[in-house]
This record gives sequence, structure tokens and C-alpha cells, in this order.
Amino acid sequence: MSELHPLLAILLLQAGYNTVVVMLGAAALGAATGIVGVFAMLRRRALVADAVAHATLPGVALGFIAAVALGFSGKNLSFLMAGAAITAVLAALSIQWIASRTRLTEDTAVASVLAVFFALGIVLLTVIQTLKTGGQAGLDIYLLGATAGMLREEAITLAAFSLIVALVVAALFKELTLISFDADYARAHGFPVRLLDLAVLGLVLAVVVIGLRVVGLVLIVALLITPPAAARFWSDHTGRMTLISAAIGAVSAYVGAAISAISPDTPTGAVIVLVAFAILSFSVFLVPRAESSFARSVREDCGVHHDLISSDRSTRSSCRHARRARLRAHREFSGIDAPEHAG
Amino acid sequence: MLGDAMGHVVLPGIVIAFVLAGSTAAWVMLAGAFGAALFSAMLVEFFRRVARIEGSAALGSVFTAMFALGVLLLEQSGVARTSFDVHHILFGNIETAIWPAATGLSSLFDPVALTSLPPQLGRLTFGLVVVALAVVVLFKELRVVSFDPDFARTIGISPQLIGALVVSLAALAAVVSLSAVGVILLVAMMVCPAATARMLTDDLKTQVWLSLLFALASGVFGYAIAVLLPLAFGYEISFGAAGTIAVVAGLFQVAAMLFGAKRGLPKTA
Repeated sequence: MSELHPLLAILLLQAGYNTVVVMLGAAALGAATGIVGVFAMLRRRALVADAVAHATLPGVALGFIAAVALGFSGKNLSFLMAGAAITAVLAALSIQWIASRTRLTEDTAVASVLAVFFALGIVLLTVIQTLKTGGQAGLDIYLLGATAGMLREEAITLAAFSLIVALVVAALFKELTLISFDADYARAHGFPVRLLDLAVLGLVLAVVVIGLRVVGLVLIVALLITPPAAARFWSDHTGRMTLISAAIGAVSAYVGAAISAISPDTPTGAVIVLVAFAILSFSVFLVPRAESSFARSVREDCGVHHDLISSDRSTRSSCRHARRARLRAHREFSGIDAPEHAG
Repeated sequence: MLGDAMGHVVLPGIVIAFVLAGSTAAWVMLAGAFGAALFSAMLVEFFRRVARIEGSAALGSVFTAMFALGVLLLEQSGVARTSFDVHHILFGNIETAIWPAATGLSSLFDPVALTSLPPQLGRLTFGLVVVALAVVVLFKELRVVSFDPDFARTIGISPQLIGALVVSLAALAAVVSLSAVGVILLVAMMVCPAATARMLTDDLKTQVWLSLLFALASGVFGYAIAVLLPLAFGYEISFGAAGTIAVVAGLFQVAAMLFGAKRGLPKTA
């Protein structure tokens, strides 16, 4: 067996015990982010996740300061994690408030909250660096992630956590799918859309805080966005898409952690993200579009996903109506004949 | 979110340019950063239009991947240990933009002292002039495209072309500011002053001027606070100036959102 290429050997779990622990822990995290990311993407919350991830930095810094002030070690994990969770929740609430109460768009809300919270984190970090206590150096890993030191307990925590995420999503699957594709319909039928949205946001927050140590807060969002975007190419069915996304997330993290383990100077988070992006690129270029052209045109005209339409004849006919109206408008206003009348 | 994305993607460009050219000359870095920014913008557009990935997901996946590539290259090439590191890019290092030969306002007219101006200042001025010129010359076009792209198309202004121009200007601003102020300040300064001004007026011209005013105020007050506040308390701690400036810009925005005359949602009849 010693003939195997070192990467292959690692992928087949023949590396040292520590490396195996790291790879399995990272894979569990990847699966969890893959699952949550699907709904974050479908609810168009991908970049909210980015802001929330950046917003954990002031929390980590405050957690450090609080731990030191209370006489604990600055690296006390529960303090850092609690701080990260608190500021992340604050950021999410701020975005919600700005987007709903002012005239600013959600996009602007996300960008400004991200920048300001992260800047606050940086300011606090510079303060910490001038404090006269040890252990500041360890905070760096929350920026870009480091898996090398992952303990067995941490890997088990990640696995248990990803199982919980999967169970929550499975339990709420029908409701989450519904609000993803037609929130108005869900609201009209008495589903607690706000509550379900909060559930998605809560799951995003949870994976971000848990994943901080592995890929770092700058890149954790890639694990939430890229696997679902790739999975979108392989299936139109939400259930299958979620499973595929989880698999892509897990494989990216697993392979990324393996590559990072065998080569020096390769930050784990960055490698994991690049593997995920490679899978996305592969999906973009090589997977034939599963969607039929009719389904696509219906979806474009109505802004509704065709999974739901196909089961509902009246929606379908009204979509066709919308399509005809669009073609007519094209002819009248642009002077260019729509393709079907060109001949 | 364009600013954030731009800030992240220029990193690999700078590193690649450094590795290829083997120098940290400013213009090499700028070319690399600009190339990377344009490449990423094209990739995002490709993902959105051809591959039909939802907009924010396309942006998010591309810019995180580019940033990851940048971090990886940085670690691999050993640049991290020689001239600059990730933190520098992330947080900026505005404190290095000092002018050692300055003795007072009169130095502004002293040719000898002027030669020792920090190089970032020249680049920032260049960026400012280009962006300001473009906005002044194309103000009408920018306005019509921002509010009514369909109408713009009918009167012969291509929204795509103007859109591409805005992306290029954002990339240019990102590139020239990065070495001086870092990604964070960059994003905050691209978004917060504009958002603050949006709370105060409905007139686009007034908004642009107000935005400029708030940006300036954030810079001045933020820097002053970063330098003076720790001294006032007599502690031996220091605030990162770039971060403080961004936080001040954010505070302006919070104030505007709470008290601005036009903070609410526009009335819909």
C-alpha cells in the first residue's frame, strides 16, 4: 500500500489519526453548510450569511476581552463562541431593521452592516493586541481558519451538530420549500413565514459560529453559497438538490482538508473553498441543463418555480397568458418581431 | 455588495502580479488588481447570464473563491513573510501614509518636501480625479440608467455599457484605495456615506455632495478619534484608524436612519 500517491492515501483514510479526525470533522461541517445553504440561497439570503459571518469578529474579540476580564484564558472557547453568536444575531437583526424600516435596499443594508461590524471587530482586535495579556495570537485563526489542531471532541461535536441541522431541515422540509418558492402563497395559507425565515437565519447563524474555527469567518460563507449553487445544476427537485449540496459540501471540505494536510503552507479554509469552486465550475460547464426550455420560459415570465406550477393548471395557463402578453409588448414597442413571427 | 466583492477579488490579482513581475512596484500591483477585478466581474456576469445562477450566489461564490485563491497564493509564494500579509490587505495600514517631511501648511508648496509625499496619496488622488471626471461628464447618463434603464435604452444609452463603466470605476477605486486603507474601510466608505445621504434627500445631485461630505467627515473624525481617544484616557492602547473610520461612517448612517428627513419608505400611491 505504500505505493499509493500520498493524496490518495490520505483520502482513503490512511493518514495519521489526527488527519483523519480533521477530515471527518471538516466533512461534517461541509454537509451541514451544504444543507443550510440551499435554503439560504433559495430565500436569497446568501449575502446575509456573509454579513453575519463577518459580524462574528467583534463578538470573538469581545468574548476574548470578557474572558480575560473575568480571569479565564482568552482562548476559552465558550466565551469566544457566545460573543460570536451575540454579535452575529445583532447583525442579522440590524439588517432586518434597515431593510424593513428605512428606504435602503437589503443589499445596502447587508453591505453596511458587514463593513461596520467587521470594522468594529478590527478596532477591538487592535485594542486587544496592545493589552498586556498573553494568547492574542490565537485569535488569528478565526479569520482564515485552521483545522490542524482539531481535537477528537471537536470533530464529534461537528458531526453531532450537522446531524441536528439535517434533522431540523428534514422536519421543516415541506414548509421551507414552500416559503422558498412562493412566500405569498405560504402566508395566505397561514404558514408562519416570518418564523420559518427566522429558522433559516438561525441555522445559518449556527453553522457560521460552529464553522468559524475550521474555515475562518472570511470564507465560511463560501461553504454556504457554493455547494448549493453547484447542486442547482444537478437537480430541480429541492430534496435531491439538498442531498447533493450536502454531499458537495462534505466532499469539498474532506478533500480540501486532505490537500491542506499533505502540503505545507496551505491554509485549510482557502483550499476547501477552492475545491468547492472547482466543483461549481465543473457543474456549470459539464452538466446539461436539466430544465426544459418551456419550463424556463414559464419561470421567467411568472417569476415562479415550475415545480409548483406543473401541479397547478390555472397558474400554468395564466403564465402562458403572461408570456403571450410579453411577446405582444415586444412587437409593439421595439419594432422587432418576436422569433415565432419572424418567418 | 459590489465594493465588498471588489475588495476581495483584487487580492489574487496583486499576488499574481507580484509573483510574475517579482516586484512590489505600485503600478505592477495596480495592473494585477485591476485585471483580477475585471476578470471576476466578467465571471460573475457569465455565471448569472449563461449559467443562470442567482445574482447574489454568483457574486458570493466568485469573490470567495478569488479571495481563497489570493490567500493560498500569498502563503505559497512566501510573500506573506517578505513585504505584506493578509492582515495588511484586510485591515489596511493607513498609519503608514504619513508625510515625514511635512512641517506645516507651507510644506504643501515646498517642492523638496512634496517629493516625499507617501506614494499612496498620489494613487488616491489619481483615482479621485478619474472617478470625479467620469461622474461629472456622464452624470446625466448615470442618472437615467439608474432610475429607468428601459427609457435609457430607447434614447440610445446602453445600460450595459454604463453598468460596465460603473464596475470599472468601482474596481479602480478599490485598487487605488486598497494599499492605503484595506478592504474593510473600502467597503464601509463605498456604502455608508451613500446610504447616509440617501436618508436625507431625494435629489441625486444633493445626494452625491452629501455623500462626499459624510465620507470626508468620517475620515477626519474617525482618524481623530483613533489617535486622540486612547490618549485622552491615558491608556496604552491604540485603535486601528481604518476600522475606526469605518465605524464612524456607520454611526453617521445609524443617525441618519433614525433621524433623517427622508428615512422612511417612499410613499406608494
